[in-house]
Amino acid sequence: MSDLVGIPGAGRKPVKELAVISGKGGTGKTSIVASFAALSHGSVLADCDVDAADLHLVLDPRVLRRNEFMGGKRARIQPGHCTACGRCEELCRFDAIFFDGPGNGIVEKTFRVDPTACEGCGVCAWFCAEGAIEFGPVVNGEWFVSETRCGPMVHARLGIAEENSGKLVSTVRTSARRIAEERRLDPVIIDGSPGIGCPVIASVTGATLVLVVAEPTPSGLHDLERVAELTRHFGIPMLVCVNKWDLNPEVCGRIEARAREMGLGLAGRVRYDHAVTEAQIRGKSVIEYAQEGCAADVRSVWSVVEARLNGSACSAGEEL
Amino acid sequence: MRIAIASGKGGTGKTTVATNLAWVAARNGQSVAYLDCDVEEPNGHLFLKPEIASSRPIGRLHPAVDEEKCTHCGLCGEICQYSAIVCVGEKVLVYPELCHACGGCVLVCAPGAITEVLRESGKLEIGQAGAVRFLHGLLRIGEAMSTQLIRQVKQAAPETDLVIIDSPPGTSCPVIESVRDAGYVLLVTEPTPFGLNDLKLAVEMVRTMKLPMGVVINRAGEGDSQTAGYCRTEGIEVLATIPDDRRVAEAYSRGVLASEAMPEIRTSMEQLLARLRGATARCEVRS
Repeated sequence: MSDLVGIPGAGRKPVKELAVISGKGGTGKTSIVASFAALSHGSVLADCDVDAADLHLVLDPRVLRRNEFMGGKRARIQPGHCTACGRCEELCRFDAIFFDGPGNGIVEKTFRVDPTACEGCGVCAWFCAEGAIEFGPVVNGEWFVSETRCGPMVHARLGIAEENSGKLVSTVRTSARRIAEERRLDPVIIDGSPGIGCPVIASVTGATLVLVVAEPTPSGLHDLERVAELTRHFGIPMLVCVNKWDLNPEVCGRIEARAREMGLGLAGRVRYDHAVTEAQIRGKSVIEYAQEGCAADVRSVWSVVEARLNGSACSAGEEL
Repeated sequence: MRIAIASGKGGTGKTTVATNLAWVAARNGQSVAYLDCDVEEPNGHLFLKPEIASSRPIGRLHPAVDEEKCTHCGLCGEICQYSAIVCVGEKVLVYPELCHACGGCVLVCAPGAITEVLRESGKLEIGQAGAVRFLHGLLRIGEAMSTQLIRQVKQAAPETDLVIIDSPPGTSCPVIESVRDAGYVLLVTEPTPFGLNDLKLAVEMVRTMKLPMGVVINRAGEGDSQTAGYCRTEGIEVLATIPDDRRVAEAYSRGVLASEAMPEIRTSMEQLLARLRGATARCEVRS
């Protein structure tokens, strides 16, 4: 992940990166990112939720460049050469080898690798006495450089049941940052994935600021605490906004109090509004669809985030 | 019967369906285990409120090198596909967080200088929520890889008639690990463009894994004709349609099981359970 840290051009300020994450899924990250895209002028978008990307449904990107993503390797047993000795099955730690491959002239049944279970370690191929196992790079997905009505966008699609989402996230981020540097755009807005694991870590490390979109439920509070610990672990400043806050004002208050206790900044509240879904059905962000209601709330959250992003630009520069 | 509850998109109601199913099954006298495999952000405990009887650290293996025995041949670095062990001159560097614990380095090390040691990467908690056997894993903050922890949660599952696996969102490795040995996958979706897009991804994933599946349409209201239409075209059974009801969202926001608070949800969960039984029985007949 060493390539995640920006290398700014000499004398130029580094591009700022805002990562929008949530811990819990379905709190409204993508809807908020789409609105930010409409509100910010001159940003680059990076959809880093590579295994369930949705931002393209709102921003309707025109793909300019399509790239294959080769993030890992995979083993494949050539049935013609397998003598069914079983060494591969014995050594595989991922239970990826099954004794149900087609027969050949030597044996009735051969071993077979389940590609969805194979983690690409190559141990089976290394130790196969017959040299019957092919082991090489595979295409794990695709990533795209596109143009949208709100600016350039880099997005991806991890292949179904594929590994290496973290590497693909890094690829998307690096490309988005490069576009921002070349075209003098700022900031890069990252739409992250739920959770706290590998793709999330790849989405936030080295970012200027993290915005967490929380929901006013016990799960929202629980997951916020874990995600806050994660950003603290990586030393990234973090703001919290509560989406659909009026579903439970009491829990919303508890989330904000907890956020303050943890030393996090508050970016505001966004009310529950059916306009979000209506806008989504029409392929728009809520900002482009409505003026009042939650559109006004998102506008005010953006102004807090933008101010913080600009204010913290110097310190981020110093760190680099 | 081993049922995995999954979804491409997050926040569609996996945990709501999984916890309510477990509760309703136990109430009907079935022996049931609930496994929260969303080890990054587990939430089932907030609704089932289990009494945790045991909590134990779970570890991940990674190599440790005995410098005395090491001959700096470099084979360990050569077999490792994850750059988790590298031999640089007279030194061997290990990066535990990158290690997938495949054991390759140990196998290739002729002088036997490499052993595997355990590093804590999370914990496994086991308890009881009423009649429901409860298990969940909690990934340690900062850990990137959750699949081994998920595997261990599943290995610790007790023998019960019904096992409900609450899986994480998405379609990549942690989800694959959660659903891979399930007898049936229940995909929970919501009738929005995001929900439908991610349902399609999840369907592709389950097909790649060659597992039988059905769909629950949650928060149904306007716009769900597309989701139902998609399922019909693809020949995927819709096992339940749960109407959009602010009271369900409010129960959730108070940490209350919807089945406990609302009799009509309890009834629809009972129906879902019966349909699941029918669907899994049909799968068994076919196989």
